Amino acid sequence: MTGDQSGPSASPEPSPAAGGRAASAPLLGRAEEPTVFELSSPGRRAWSFAEVDLPAWDAADLVPAEHLAEEPVALPELSERDLVAHHTRLTHRQYSVDLGAYPLGSCTMKYNPKLADAASSLPGLARVHPATPSSCTQGWLELLVALGEALAEVTGMAAVSLQPPAGAAGELTGLLLMRAWHDQRGDAGRTKVVIPDSAHGTNPASVTLGGYRAVTVASDERGCVDLDALRKVLDDDVAGIMLTNPNTLGLFEDDIVEIATAVHDAGGLVYYDGANLNAILGVTRPGDMGFDIVHLNLHKTFAVPHGGGGPGAGPVAVTAALAPFLPGPLPVAAADGSFGWETPARSIGRVHGWHGNALALARAYAYVLALGGDGLRRVSEIAVLNANWLRRRLVGHYVVPHDRPCMHECVVSAADLARERGLRAVDVAKRLLEEGFHAPTVSFPLVVKEALMIEPTETESPQTLAALADALVRIAEEASPDDRQAPRTTPVGRVDEVRAARRLVATFDARRPAGGLPFGEPAEEAAPPSGRPPDRRGEG
Amino acid sequence: MADYVPHTEREIEAMLGFLGLASLDDLFSVVPEALRLAARPHGDGTPRFLGLADGLGEPDVLAEMERLGAANTACTGPGVPSGRGLVCFAGGGAYDHEVPEAVRALGSRSEYVTAYTPYQAEVAQGVLQALFEYQTMVARLSGLDVANASLYDGASACVEAANLAAAVTGRPGVWLSRGVHPHWRSTMATFAAGSGLSLVPAPLQDGVTSWDSGPADAPGALVVQYPNYLGCLEDLDAARRAADARGALLVVAFDPVAAGLLRPPGERGADVVVGEGQALGTPLSFGGPYLGLLACRLELVRRLPGRLVGETVDAEGRRAYVSTLRTREQDIRRERASSNVCTNQTLIAVACAIQMAWLGTTGLRELALRCARATRHTRQSLLAIDGVEPLVGAPVLREFAVRLPVAPSIVVERMLDEGFLAGIALDGDPDLGPGVGPGLLVAATERRTRGQIDAYATAMAKVIR
Repeated sequence: MTGDQSGPSASPEPSPAAGGRAASAPLLGRAEEPTVFELSSPGRRAWSFAEVDLPAWDAADLVPAEHLAEEPVALPELSERDLVAHHTRLTHRQYSVDLGAYPLGSCTMKYNPKLADAASSLPGLARVHPATPSSCTQGWLELLVALGEALAEVTGMAAVSLQPPAGAAGELTGLLLMRAWHDQRGDAGRTKVVIPDSAHGTNPASVTLGGYRAVTVASDERGCVDLDALRKVLDDDVAGIMLTNPNTLGLFEDDIVEIATAVHDAGGLVYYDGANLNAILGVTRPGDMGFDIVHLNLHKTFAVPHGGGGPGAGPVAVTAALAPFLPGPLPVAAADGSFGWETPARSIGRVHGWHGNALALARAYAYVLALGGDGLRRVSEIAVLNANWLRRRLVGHYVVPHDRPCMHECVVSAADLARERGLRAVDVAKRLLEEGFHAPTVSFPLVVKEALMIEPTETESPQTLAALADALVRIAEEASPDDRQAPRTTPVGRVDEVRAARRLVATFDARRPAGGLPFGEPAEEAAPPSGRPPDRRGEG
Repeated sequence: MADYVPHTEREIEAMLGFLGLASLDDLFSVVPEALRLAARPHGDGTPRFLGLADGLGEPDVLAEMERLGAANTACTGPGVPSGRGLVCFAGGGAYDHEVPEAVRALGSRSEYVTAYTPYQAEVAQGVLQALFEYQTMVARLSGLDVANASLYDGASACVEAANLAAAVTGRPGVWLSRGVHPHWRSTMATFAAGSGLSLVPAPLQDGVTSWDSGPADAPGALVVQYPNYLGCLEDLDAARRAADARGALLVVAFDPVAAGLLRPPGERGADVVVGEGQALGTPLSFGGPYLGLLACRLELVRRLPGRLVGETVDAEGRRAYVSTLRTREQDIRRERASSNVCTNQTLIAVACAIQMAWLGTTGLRELALRCARATRHTRQSLLAIDGVEPLVGAPVLREFAVRLPVAPSIVVERMLDEGFLAGIALDGDPDLGPGVGPGLLVAATERRTRGQIDAYATAMAKVIR
C-alpha cells in the first residue's frame, strides 16, 4: 500500500491483509454465456405443480374460441439444473456490493445487512395479500406507522406517505403535493419550479411531469446555489424550488435558510431531494432547514439493496400544512392501540397500486431498528469522514474543483489528465474496473468537466478506502494512451454503445445469426418467437 | 446495536488526524451551527441526537420483525403454520401463486440483489443479459416487438403508457375503460393532475367495455384491461376499431398468466401492452415490490419509458449487452424527458425472467390452464349456493365476481374466521357499471385444491345464510 503516512495505513498492521479489501478483480465469467433461448431444447422442462384433484377441463372448455391462443407462447425449454447453471454463470459476470466497494456518487451503495434479507422474507410479512382486511394486517400496519414516524423524526417533518416506490416517484408525488397546495389556496397561476444546474436529471423530468416548467439557477464559484441569481428568478410564477442538500457536488448549501426564506417569501415551497440524506442523519434535518416536502431514497440511505436497478422505495415526508394532501390511504394508529387505513382530507390520491414497495419498507425498518438513533448519526459521521479522507488523499493527483470540506461524497475532475495525458474521466472509470472496484459516477454533475463523483459510504473500511485511493492515484500516475482500451480484465471489454443504439437489438431472435457460439443448438433450431402478422394496426 | 461501520476508534483518530480535525463533530463545521442537532433528553432522559430508540442486536431485530409478522394473518403456504393461515381466494392484480425454489434461490443471489443499475456494462453483464432475456419473453407474451426493463407496478405501467400515447399523438385525452383495476385508474388520475392528461371513462356493460359514445375530443389512447378487473374477457377487436376510428393508440393491460391461454394482445391490435407481473415469481408481499410490464410496437420505441437493454459487441467483437437508447432517459433528456423513471424493479424483473424460463412453453400454458380450472370450479361451487349469482354475464377467465345476499365486506370479515381470504369486496366501487355491485371478486390459482375449494364453498354457504 502506498497510502499517505498520515492516513489509516499509519495504524500498525499485524498482516498486510488485515482489515481486508472490499474489491474483486478479475470477475469470473470471462466466457460468453449463451442466452436462455439458445440453451433451450424442445421437450425439456423444469416445472412441476401440486396435485389438486380438479376436473381436467380442456383449454377449449375454459376459453371462448375467439380468445384462445392457437399456439403456446414460445419460451425457453430447459431443465431446472441448466437454468440454475445459466443464472449462476450470469452472476459470475456481475459486480456487486457484496463483492467490493461501489463508490458511485449520489447512489449511496453501502453494504446491505443480511438481517434485512431474513426480515423481508418472513412468511408473516411476505405472504400477506395487500387486500387483506386490516383486522388481519395489524403487524404490517404497525410496522408502516413506526417506519413513518422514524422517517419523520430523521427528516424533521410532520407526516409521511410510504407509497412512492422510487425516488423519482417520490419527486413527482412531491410536485403534485406542491400543486395541490397552491391550488387549494386559489393560487393556481404558478408555472415554474426552480432547479440548480447541478441537479439530478430526475428533478427536471419530474418537474415537467408535474405540469411545471423547470427554471435552472446557476451555481456560484463555491459550488452552491447563487443566492443573487436565485432572487432574480423568484417571482409570482414560482411554485417552488427543488434542492439536494448536500448538493450533487457533495457540498453543504450553507445559505439554505436564506434560500428557503427567499422562496417562501415569493410564495413558493421548498422541496428536498433526499438522494444525499446519508450525509446528515442525526446531524441536521431538512425540516429544520425550512424544507416543506422531502423525499427519501430508502435504497440509498436505509440500506435497501439496489437489486441491479431496483426495487427501491421513495417515501415522501411533509410539514403539517401539507399533510392533508398526502397520497392515501395512509396507515394510522387509533387511540385504542389498533391500526387502520385513513385517506387524508385533501389527498392527491394514490401513487401506487397498493401500499408501496412494502417488503423494501420492511427492510428499511429492520435497518432502523438495528442502528437506532445514534447508529444513524454514526452512519453520517463515518460516511463524511471517508469522503473527506478520500478527497484529501486525491488532492494533487486529480483536480479538486471546490477546495473545501465535502460531506458524504466528493467530486474530482480528470480535466488535467484529459488535457495532458489524453485520459478522460470515463477512462479512469474503466481502469478502476480493472483494479477490482466499481467506477465512480462519471461526467456528473454536469457543472464539472470530466467529473468523477465518488461516494465511498460508511461501510467501507479504511483499508478498502486506502486501496481505492491507491488505485486512483496509480491510474493517474501511470496514465497512458493504452488505458483507453480499458477494461481488459472484465468479463467483456468496452462495449459498443453507439452500435447498440443504431442497430437496436432489444430482444433475442433466433433468426439472426447467433455469432459463433461454442455450443448449444444451431440458431435456426432454437425456439422461434410466436408467429405474428407483419402489421397489426387496424387488424380485425 | 448492530453496526455496519468497520472503523475502529484508532482508525477514526488517524483519519481525523490526516484531515487536521480534532473530532467527528468538526466534520460538520460546514453546517451552520443553528441547524445542527444538539443532543436532547429523549425517553429515559439520556441525551440523544434523534428521538429514536437505541439500536438492537441482530437477534433482537429479527425477533421484533417476527413479532410484527406474527401479528398478521398471512396466506397459507411455506413457513405459515398449518391452521394459522388464510386460504387465499383474493386476486385483483395480486395472486397467490407458487414461487418455485429455483426462482427464490437465484433471485436471492447477492450479485443480483446488491448490484446497482448497470451503468458500467463491462461488470454488469449478468444483470444486463438477464434483463435482455426478460425483455424478450415479455415481448413474446404480449405479442409486441419490444419490452422495457420494468416499471414499478401495473398502475405505473398504465400511467407511463398513457404518457407515451400522449407524446406520440400529441393528444392529452385518455379513454379509460372502467374495467381497468380501480387502483390503477385512480393512480392514473393522480398523475394526470400534473401531466395534464384528461381521463374520460368508458363504461362497462354486463362486464365488458362499451366504446359506443366517446369523448368529444379525439383521445390519444384507449386503455382496456384483458381480462379486466372483473375477470371478463374484453372484446379487443371492438377496442381496436374504436381506437382506429379516432386515430388513437390502443393500450391493453394484460395478465401474464392468462397470457398462457389467450391470443397475445399485440396480435389483436394493441400498440402498447402493460400489466402487473407479480404473478410470475413474486410473493404477495403486501402489495410490493411488484412489477410493471410494458411492451410496444417497434415504431414507438423512442418514446419507451424506463430502461432498455440492447445487444451489442465489445471491443473484441464478443457479444455483449448494454443499456441503450439512453437519450430517451431523464438523466440525459432532463426536462424534455417524457418519463422520470430511474430506479425501476430490476430484481423483480429478473425473478420474473427466471420463472418464465422455469415454466417454459409448456409450463406457462399448464399454469394458465390450472388457474382457469380452479377458477371455473370455484365459480361453479359458489353459484350452486342459494342466493349467489353471477355479477355480470360476460365470459371470465382469471377471476370472477358474484352477487351475494349479504354485504360483501361483511362476508369477507366473516370468512376470515373460517380461515379464508374470500376475495375482494366490490361494495366500495360505484364505477363498475349500471346495476353492478355490490359484489365479491374471487380468484383461484394453481395452488387451490378441490378440498380447499369445496371447504370454501361450504363456509360461504354458512356465512351468507
